[in-house]
Amino acid sequence: MALTSAEVLHIARLARIALRDADVERFTAQLSGILDHFAALAAVDTEGVEPTAHPLPLSNVMRDDLVAPSLSQAEALANAPQAEDGYIRVRAVLE
Amino acid sequence: MSELWRLTAHEAHEGLRDEQFTSVELTQSVLDRIAAVEPKVHAYITLTAELALEQAREADAKFASGTATPLTGIPVAVKDLIVTKGVRTTAGSKILENFIPPYSSHVYENLRRAGAVMVGKANMDEFAMGSSTEHSAYGPTHNPWQPGLVPGGSSGGSAAAVAAGEALVALGSDTGGSIRQPAALCGNVGLDPTYGRVSRFGIVAFGSSLDQVGPIGRDVEDVATMLQCIGGHDPRDSTSNPEPMPDMRHYLGRDIKGMKIGVPKEYFIAGMEPGVTARIEEALATLESLGATVDRSLSLPSTDHALAVYYIIAPSEASANLARYDGVKYGFSDRSGPTMWDNMEQTRAQGFGNEVKRRIMLGTYALSAGYYDAYYLKAQKVRTVINNEFAEAFARYDVIVTPTSPTVAFPIGAKVDDPYAMYLNDIYTLPASVAGLPAVSVPCGFSEGLPVGLQIIGNFFDEGRILQVASAYEQAAGFRNLLAG
Repeated sequence: MALTSAEVLHIARLARIALRDADVERFTAQLSGILDHFAALAAVDTEGVEPTAHPLPLSNVMRDDLVAPSLSQAEALANAPQAEDGYIRVRAVLE
Repeated sequence: MSELWRLTAHEAHEGLRDEQFTSVELTQSVLDRIAAVEPKVHAYITLTAELALEQAREADAKFASGTATPLTGIPVAVKDLIVTKGVRTTAGSKILENFIPPYSSHVYENLRRAGAVMVGKANMDEFAMGSSTEHSAYGPTHNPWQPGLVPGGSSGGSAAAVAAGEALVALGSDTGGSIRQPAALCGNVGLDPTYGRVSRFGIVAFGSSLDQVGPIGRDVEDVATMLQCIGGHDPRDSTSNPEPMPDMRHYLGRDIKGMKIGVPKEYFIAGMEPGVTARIEEALATLESLGATVDRSLSLPSTDHALAVYYIIAPSEASANLARYDGVKYGFSDRSGPTMWDNMEQTRAQGFGNEVKRRIMLGTYALSAGYYDAYYLKAQKVRTVINNEFAEAFARYDVIVTPTSPTVAFPIGAKVDDPYAMYLNDIYTLPASVAGLPAVSVPCGFSEGLPVGLQIIGNFFDEGRILQVASAYEQAAGFRNLLAG
């Protein structure tokens, strides 16, 4: 099965990665090649087999809801590309 | 004392304890060694020499006050996806080039509590995606046994640092082989603990149902000591195993008479180098001579499918985990476009390397509408089939022994443009990762002058047993403290 360049552009848009034309060409060929190798999985009989999301039988791990120290506002904002008045600043969300 | 960097951690501990030298002297020796070989090896992204000497002085005070532990004053390399408060943590990516963490990971906290000395943050494939360390945004690490060859990956910097004497021990992380494969290619012992044994609090996430932190050292005892330090329950990681950590040292230096070892025939494939096959056969004969039963009739028929299962599940999880790198909260940000969405797409286009983009897109595709059942859900079901085969095997065998990698170290550049050829490097390490089982790689000799690794896989939380086999083998075979260059 081969991916088309239109499909690769769609995937890149979903993943929020801008691609140049040369990238589209390269990734289309490489991703198609990788997906071809995955085709063999379809032949494995998994009738009635439950999926594994996680290797351990742990579920619903609970702890007490306790108040504990956390990062200060200054620490939380220290790595922000742009901050203003204690907020993280971004460009307009709506076009 | 000269060339203290040649010591293993437990040898250095004896010297520190007996006041033959101080941690400052030991640390300085490692820093001098780094200055001498780092231009050839490039094992580190960030060196922390000043911090290391400060930590070494604290360590010497611990010895003076009688509060030292086996890792006090020991120079350690820390893979650069392990978050260290106040010390830049890049995960090998340009997108985190200037990221200074405001907190520390559980494993680094434990190392510091034990008094260990961090000499630097080790190089790695970007976000741990790779098997050669060539996908680092900070340039490749060279194999200390032969510069020009890869050290393996993704914890290639950690393994190369230990092999070159640029650290006595190191922390790496393993998602599909990223500790074991570089340990094999660099002649180290490297252990991937059971999923849940070591807390991932403060570890840059890649594949959350697979990631584990683990140790790399120059002998089995050092790896056991490191695991003891970092393992155990941490309520800050909900996948952390609540059971207490057993004493790993209890398993060292014991015999393995009567132990049942399964050797799966599916691991002896056409792509395996003859030199690797020869070393593995010799190692199996050694294990037999120690009184273990080596059974070659074991079959794990779904071994072949582990690669596809892994390369669907890990990228799927990565595509979700790496969504956080949006140029908004921290990390690199391109603000040239007019809207937040333009900024995000450009930030990720410029901030991520090609392998990371490939895996994010692969995962995005596998999770997208119309393909979820065919790829992600199918892979999760085949994962169950693989797990069941291991469970059946462990009803009959104490441990499973295989090669760690089909080849020795290969030239830088040889596979970097062929993603699938690169993925095949992990063919022997992926199945245990998919199942969440613990596995250790120990050196079992050389082929063409380059180290070969033997993989010992154990049942869930049976790290003690694989270390017992590794320790008995190491004692008999004598491949320990292998230093390159």
